[in-house]
Amino acid sequence: MRKTYDFHGGIHPPENKHQSVRTPIADAGIPPQLTVPLSQHIGAPAHPVVSIGDHVLKGQVIAEARGFVSVPKHAPSSGSVIAIEDRLIAHPSGHLAPCIVIATDGKDEWLQRQIPPDYQALKKTELIDLIRNAGIAGMGGAGFPSSVKLSVKEGTHIETLIINGTECEPYITADDILMRERADQIIEGTKILRHIIAPQETLIGVENNKPEGLAALRAAAEGTGIEIVEFPTKYPSGGEKQLIEIITGKQVPSGGLPSQVGVVCQNLGSAVAIYEAVVLGHPLISRITTVTGESVREPQNFQVLIGTPMRYLLEKAGYEAQKNNRLIMGGPMMGFTVPDSDVPIVKTTNCLLAPTESELPTPPPAQACIRCGLCAEACPVSLLPQQMFWFAQSKELEKLEEHNLFDCIECGACSYACPSNIPLVQYYRASKAEIVHLQHEHEKSEHSRIRFEARQERLDQAADEKEAKRAARKQAAEARAQQADGGAEDPIQAAIERAQAKKAAQQASGASTVSELERLEQAVVTTRKRLDTASTKLDQATAEGSDLVSALQLGVDKTRAKLEVAEQALQEFQQTPTVAPVEDSPTNAAQAAIEKAMAARASEAALSPSEKAQVQLEKLQQRLQKSQDTLARSRENGEDEKVIEALEASVARLTEKISAAQDQRNAGENA
Amino acid sequence: MALLRITSPHAHGPMSTQRVMQNVLLATVPGIIVLTHFFGFGTLVNVLFGSIVALLCESLALLLRKRPVGFYLKDCSALVTAFLLCIALPPYAPWWLITIGIASSILLAKQLYGGLGYNPFNPAMAGYVILLISFPVQMTAWAPPRGMGELPGLLEAIKACFLPASFDGITMATPLDIMRQNTGLLMEDLWQQNPQFGRWGGVGWEWANIAFLAGGAWLLYQRIFTWHAPLAMLASLSLLAALFYDGGSSASGGSPLFHLLSGATMFGAFFIVTDPVTSAVSLRGRLIYGALIGVLIYVIRVRGSYPDAVAFAVLIMNFAAPFIDYYTQPRTYGHNKKPEAK
Repeated sequence: MRKTYDFHGGIHPPENKHQSVRTPIADAGIPPQLTVPLSQHIGAPAHPVVSIGDHVLKGQVIAEARGFVSVPKHAPSSGSVIAIEDRLIAHPSGHLAPCIVIATDGKDEWLQRQIPPDYQALKKTELIDLIRNAGIAGMGGAGFPSSVKLSVKEGTHIETLIINGTECEPYITADDILMRERADQIIEGTKILRHIIAPQETLIGVENNKPEGLAALRAAAEGTGIEIVEFPTKYPSGGEKQLIEIITGKQVPSGGLPSQVGVVCQNLGSAVAIYEAVVLGHPLISRITTVTGESVREPQNFQVLIGTPMRYLLEKAGYEAQKNNRLIMGGPMMGFTVPDSDVPIVKTTNCLLAPTESELPTPPPAQACIRCGLCAEACPVSLLPQQMFWFAQSKELEKLEEHNLFDCIECGACSYACPSNIPLVQYYRASKAEIVHLQHEHEKSEHSRIRFEARQERLDQAADEKEAKRAARKQAAEARAQQADGGAEDPIQAAIERAQAKKAAQQASGASTVSELERLEQAVVTTRKRLDTASTKLDQATAEGSDLVSALQLGVDKTRAKLEVAEQALQEFQQTPTVAPVEDSPTNAAQAAIEKAMAARASEAALSPSEKAQVQLEKLQQRLQKSQDTLARSRENGEDEKVIEALEASVARLTEKISAAQDQRNAGENA
Repeated sequence: MALLRITSPHAHGPMSTQRVMQNVLLATVPGIIVLTHFFGFGTLVNVLFGSIVALLCESLALLLRKRPVGFYLKDCSALVTAFLLCIALPPYAPWWLITIGIASSILLAKQLYGGLGYNPFNPAMAGYVILLISFPVQMTAWAPPRGMGELPGLLEAIKACFLPASFDGITMATPLDIMRQNTGLLMEDLWQQNPQFGRWGGVGWEWANIAFLAGGAWLLYQRIFTWHAPLAMLASLSLLAALFYDGGSSASGGSPLFHLLSGATMFGAFFIVTDPVTSAVSLRGRLIYGALIGVLIYVIRVRGSYPDAVAFAVLIMNFAAPFIDYYTQPRTYGHNKKPEAK
């Protein structure tokens, strides 16, 4: 027997399962009208592809999936579409939602069915598409599309595939009866899932309160490698996270997915639906629903078409409406009340519970919390419900989050255990909704704040630009006005600046390489040029009778004086014979030195090693001689002690080098 | 009939606050019987008279607070307070002592804080301490146990309660008192010289403790509370007593068994420490809460100036309970660490 683990808390409510398993699964038949809601799953609603008046066949797609987390809808039976409109559906809020209403013709005519090829030959993605196109969404309760759960991210290592046959909610026997009657199909469906997921092990988890189902499953699983895991009955062991802990001992990280601990879970009902889709080519158009409670005379399980009105189904089981105090879809722990018995059965309707007042009495008014801690003992996720209740009452939402409110799975164990009848789960649900609402509000206000700030910035920027333009225009206008006032001053100034710039450029571009002579010649040329332009301008001005004549005259005179100075300098320079020729510029000298050194090295390279050593030795001896001379001189001159020390050190170093060179030369000769 | 529209869960467990309280009341019965057997009808009269006063006080407070009287009286919490306080009072206590004690418990310690569930201190112990500090003489006047003087009859007990002036009862130091005041005697000699000492603890006291232990065990079986706080308290008390027992010298504080079966040890462990309202709530928190109460009981019994210490120890730890809760949050499913205390 496989080792199973226990999870914290949990409760043992009366099971009340025996009532509905006394008879085999009955066929509920075809109701006169089928109302197929477009959203029966978590995720985006499907999009209708039929119009009013269309004749549809059983299994025909009537609404297509929109988005990844979505599945298509199929006509559960043949008939004609009579309405596509908002109808009351089974939802905790009792709101209206778009539905396709089909008036059945009773022929139950199938669409030309395509039997898919052997699934072993299909690729993983093709199989997942097949499952998605069959409209299969988690049949346990939440209605999470099976295809999404099966699309495990590439590279995720899945150790364990768990088929959830726990069915821990009281009253519900839909999975139990499937195990008893269709164990083979469960195993076949499981094999398909195993083929897709390729886990190391495949397990079916069942509570030990279903001995007949367990026996049937074990018989069917013989030799398939699928292991049936039996564990003690406790609510809520059927919760996905709880089941994973029971079977593997691992906990799914908060906010994470089972695949993070190497587990994929699928509902047992989904396994059968997958078998039907992949092997028989049936889309999900019907399911097993338990109809039970003391308000029905014959509690039992039905094979019922999706979209069947609840009242139709209840009446098949002998519904006594006057005894019924509330109609619950799902179980007494997590099911929700429906507003009206006309709402349709959907893919997640595992149970219709019609209790009497004495069976599930109206809750009495809540008493004070005495902090007994029974709720904390019952909590399967180890929260402190009594503390959270306190914070929920005083609306300390931050404290609630600190106490991990969002890890609450709303199983209802705390409320069940509470001796003071405090509706704890209801408080948490409300608080969660409030926090989510506040987060939305916060995001919204954050959004508008950012938008407002961006707009403000834009406006400011526009204003700045406008201001800058205006300033520029103003400046331009002022400049123009000034030009009109004293036009000639500017051209002169400009000319001076041009000249200065030219000079600077000249200096920068290599004054060092240009000889003094060239520089002087250049100066003469430019000054002469300047004088020419100035004279031309002066002539022009004189001809026009401009009032600038005097100013220009002054400039011409100045330029002429400069020219004279320049010419004189040039003459003087040319007469001086000591000026070094251009070839002797320092760069050239350096070039020559480099060449000399290279030549020396080249000649050296031609020598034999011993000869090289000899040359080296001679050189060193010369250097030593020089150093010793310098040292002697320094001593005579009485130079600084440090200098003498340094010179002594260099002499010592050279002596060492010489002895090394001698050794080398000797070695070379010996060789 | 219109269908009910309420959210899940629709099923509710069999437990109710009323049942919890009734179980606690029932569990005190063996202890009351033993106390009555050894000390006469005094305790019984205390309890009966105290219950009436408690119901009156509770009704008065509820009326003043404009709350539905019947709905709240039904939870039996006032009766529990009355039972616990009156068991702790010396038998043959005068009516005014009981009245003041109950009124303090119900009005001051409970209703002024907002009623059941909102009181930070154990009401019975708060009332007890108020009385102990205000009327030390009456509060330490314990009747001698059976075999050490004549036990008053029922009629005399009633007379003692309502006409205290005419009641001429004998009182005797309790074994805990003798132990505390012992300066020069070896434990063995102490046992021989004082007839109040029985086999392990005091005559009568040891059986009363065993009776309360039995009641507590039954409550535990009924899952009214968890074992954590009471066991931690008994364990830490025994441990300290064992550490300082030193083989029974004159400086000894008494053997572990003596401490377990003396005074209000078992009564405190199973009926006071387990008070859910004023104790820590997480299981680890309850362990700490209980253990520290045990330590305080030993320290106050041996070194303090009051004969017994349960009430003080419990009240001091009531202060600490929210703090303990804050630091002992359990690790939630799927979380690696325990919640950070911020």
